[in-house]
Amino acid sequence: MNKLGQTPSQTVGPYFAYGLTPEQYKFDHKSLATPVLLDANKNTQDLIILRGKVYDLHGEAVDDAMIEIWQVDQKGEFQTKPHQGFFSIGRMGTGTIEGNWFEFTTCIPAAEKPGQAPTIHMIVFMRGLLSHVYTRVYFEDFKEFNQEDPYLKLVSEERKTTLIAKKVQDSPVTIYEFNLHMQGEKETVFFDY
Amino acid sequence: MDTTQNQRDWTSHPPLIAPGYKSTIFRGPSQNLITVPELMKPSSGPIFGLESVAPLDHDLTKNGIKNGEPLGERIVVSGRVLNQHGQPLKNTLIEVWQANAAGRYVHKRDQHDAPLDPNFFGAGRCVTNEEGIFKFYTIKPGAYPWGNHPNAWRPNHIHFSVFGPNIGTRLVTQMYFPGDPLLDYDPIYLAVPEKARERLISTFDLSLTEEGFALGYQFDIVLRGHHSTPFENE
Repeated sequence: MNKLGQTPSQTVGPYFAYGLTPEQYKFDHKSLATPVLLDANKNTQDLIILRGKVYDLHGEAVDDAMIEIWQVDQKGEFQTKPHQGFFSIGRMGTGTIEGNWFEFTTCIPAAEKPGQAPTIHMIVFMRGLLSHVYTRVYFEDFKEFNQEDPYLKLVSEERKTTLIAKKVQDSPVTIYEFNLHMQGEKETVFFDY
Repeated sequence: MDTTQNQRDWTSHPPLIAPGYKSTIFRGPSQNLITVPELMKPSSGPIFGLESVAPLDHDLTKNGIKNGEPLGERIVVSGRVLNQHGQPLKNTLIEVWQANAAGRYVHKRDQHDAPLDPNFFGAGRCVTNEEGIFKFYTIKPGAYPWGNHPNAWRPNHIHFSVFGPNIGTRLVTQMYFPGDPLLDYDPIYLAVPEKARERLISTFDLSLTEEGFALGYQFDIVLRGHHSTPFENE
């Protein structure tokens, strides 16, 4: 049987907010996924903030990108039942925090498989991007795991740093920063799954 | 479980940099994507959002009502979500958003000088049934100008965001309408390789059309990859 052709991708455009991230942008419509994956009322010990900006070729921080993250919990499982303390999918647009940040409240996931380092999957959608792109967020304090990670091994040494989130604050809450550079010298590594 | 994945078919998808669509020039990655070996492709993912779909989420003709009916031509849009082997994908979440009949988005940043409709919000969601079929009601969106080039107008379209069995099947796209003269001038649509373009155009369907209520348009969506065989979930 001939395989059916894939439906082509098109850009998310500049006006996604009321459809995909309505609560964040103060629209009267329920969000299915929010910037908060870990419920701070149930777990403060493992809470981290993952934040960053999306830079275009000119070094401008983009104010209309939508970042979607997917990650397993600390036991290595995807959780998508609401109100369980952890939710595996997060979304945030870069248009509501001054400076054009995305900022997720989450935890460092377990490794998905033995031999892999903890990673958060990140998908970038925005005006000017006709097909979404995938990247992977690793954490700088998991150096030994990162060295063995099979996905990082696919990447040249000089570009690996684009995939490592830096710890910029330890307390009262741990903050990791992961900036995306769509083009230029520091262009982020994107994967073709 | 059969985890055979199909690669994103770049002969069907638009390139990351398409100069006719100006902002791709400084927002689309310029370096090659890193190819991931077949066995390392993510094959599992969350089943997402099913419990969160509210009763009126699939009816955009009703979910924004404040004091009357929304203006414009009512339409019903239905289709199937399939994998490339033609198997239906059930329990697949679809989110849609669009401009109103006058070509104006609710989004605060849309400054196009066309009226907002107090009774039309323009966003909704639905989930495919056992046969992979989805259906939602809405108002036919209007065309609107944008700043990409002189006298640039977007053809009528509805934005779709679709999940699927895993992160690789994620898709964001736009559905267009048959016979729209603006398609020939739209760099976003024209960025799609020619052989794949018509997959984005819905077809008018009299059998979907509801007498005295709404015109029917059919739009099937094909996600890449191979779904796990049905009996594994049962």
